[in-house]
Amino acid sequence: MSTYADPYASSRETTEGTVFSVTGGDWDSLVTEIGQAKEERVVVNMGPQHPSTHGVLRLVLELEGETVTEVRCGIGYLHTGIEKNIEFRNWTQATTFVTRMDYLAPLFNEAAYCLGVEKLLGITNDVPEKANVIRVMMMEFNRISSHMVALGTGALELGALSPMIFCFREREKVLDIFEFISGLRMNMAYIRPGGVAQDLPAGAVDKILATVKDLRHSFKDNEKLLVGNSIWMKRTEGIGYLDLAGATTLGVTGPVIRATGLPLDLRKIQPYSGYENYKFDVVTADTCDVYGRFLIRINELEQSLRIIEQCAEKLKSLDGAPVMVADKKIAWPAQLSIGADGMGNSLNHIREIMGTSMESLIHHFKLVTEGFRVPVGQVYSAIESPRGELGAHVVSDGGTRPYRVHFREPSFNNLQSTSAMCEGSMVADIIGAVASIDPVMGGVDR
Amino acid sequence: MSDDQKGMFGTEGTGDTSGYGGLVPSPANAGSTERPYGGYFDQVTDDLERAYPDFSDAIERVVVDRGELTLHIKRERLVEVSLILRDRLKFEMSMGVSGVHYPEDTNRELHAVYHLLSITNNQRIRLEVSVADTDPHIPSLVEVWGGSNWNERETFDMFGIIFDGHPGLTRILMPDDWQGHPQRKDYALGGIGVEYKGAVIPPPSDRRTYK
Repeated sequence: MSTYADPYASSRETTEGTVFSVTGGDWDSLVTEIGQAKEERVVVNMGPQHPSTHGVLRLVLELEGETVTEVRCGIGYLHTGIEKNIEFRNWTQATTFVTRMDYLAPLFNEAAYCLGVEKLLGITNDVPEKANVIRVMMMEFNRISSHMVALGTGALELGALSPMIFCFREREKVLDIFEFISGLRMNMAYIRPGGVAQDLPAGAVDKILATVKDLRHSFKDNEKLLVGNSIWMKRTEGIGYLDLAGATTLGVTGPVIRATGLPLDLRKIQPYSGYENYKFDVVTADTCDVYGRFLIRINELEQSLRIIEQCAEKLKSLDGAPVMVADKKIAWPAQLSIGADGMGNSLNHIREIMGTSMESLIHHFKLVTEGFRVPVGQVYSAIESPRGELGAHVVSDGGTRPYRVHFREPSFNNLQSTSAMCEGSMVADIIGAVASIDPVMGGVDR
Repeated sequence: MSDDQKGMFGTEGTGDTSGYGGLVPSPANAGSTERPYGGYFDQVTDDLERAYPDFSDAIERVVVDRGELTLHIKRERLVEVSLILRDRLKFEMSMGVSGVHYPEDTNRELHAVYHLLSITNNQRIRLEVSVADTDPHIPSLVEVWGGSNWNERETFDMFGIIFDGHPGLTRILMPDDWQGHPQRKDYALGGIGVEYKGAVIPPPSDRRTYK
């Protein structure tokens, strides 16, 4: 027990322990005290429960009047121990965990992890073409849905309500596609080591193309609302400035570094999953500010649509092609299918293992309970998530469980730049700066 | 790797009875790779040797595995080599630090792994520093790559590696008064068993493991 005497909570010792009587302060004495202070330095806690900090982010602001002199981020409020938990699950089960880290970009988490596991297994080139095309298509749809939230909530935080309504409407269309293909709208665990969980349902390509057409049309609404809007530009131009030198030293990636004019996009410079086969442009801006990052996100939507169209074109000729590696020692045996109640085991598969083939049952049991082994080693696989470089450092000890998986989360690294962007600015500009980083706390804290 | 892993149904070896698992033990974690390393790795190591004459003393092992280059480096030389990598070899960005705990690797239990990216040359390399559990000190790289700040705090939080010279090495993900470092292998996962129709399903850390 400390001997510190709190003027507003006197205490006395009883047989039950110390009892405090909280009396509260006297406003008059408080105001007089502040009036006597020489400087106007105020420390304000913004968050962790605050509508404009993108989830449970806590910002400790030191203010002098309206000017922010120091910003410190408090994170960890959404730490879930996913990296620790997957050390106790087999390699395939881990996809179910990692998909929940950055909950706005679940397919990217799965892809980074699975590409790492495939690299360790040495089967990167054995992943069937159709699986790669589906992965790319799903990731680009996911980029759209993630950017929709970034733009919608970003605008909402700066006081513009309509863009949020439009953005969430478009996002809903993308989530419908996810539900149609994987059975789930979020946290799909759809990308698995070796391929994807199941083939596209009948009529998928037509539905995808129809959605692309629909989205392209409705993105114009958002553009008209915000691009060139003078109120919006006053809140975003020249705000949250971070130049190339600052971005590289702080390890900032994604739209924030592309807004400094550097076309750093891993899809182009270090392609994975066959991105080298698609035509698209890397969008950059040279303003280093919130408006530039906003424009990049707006323009990346069109590039994602272009990639999805090319995917749909490829998928037309890949009907019935495999979506999992041929090695039955790795491929998940339960052929999943979407029934009336969502994704589940295919009834044909259940019939086979329970009714006709003892060997199939043994194989299924071994692979599902025990899992496959991954050779000893460590790899780092990086992909371009909507927020920047998402890297998975995957270490195996040769067992059926990951020995250690560490995620290099773009939100985590990008959030570090908050201080560099905001110190010296107005309080109101912090909101815009943080929104332009687009941190997702599930990813930051993991 | 871990001795406490239990085999399945009393089998020895991998327990793979089918014989077509196709996995052969990989020597990835032992020894140095012989030249030529292939790709740009020879170029990078040559450039580093030219720019840093003490190369052979500072770099304990050079490992090339699955198309990735890892330089195992002595901790006393980490900052010097990092500065040369940044300024002369153009590795402008450090993508972060991840810790790995190998309790069986006596006197080198804690590993810190740095992933570097060169934007100019479009190259990636990895630095790995290993220290003993009893002396978990590694010099901080915040002065070299400012972005290492939070990454080192995370690695300290999760593994207890102390980064000397860090401007404010405090916990970042766990609460400030937390005991222990959760990602270490000697830190239990925790959890409780769940009863279902008379049988108890044990928590994940107590379930059967396979070799």
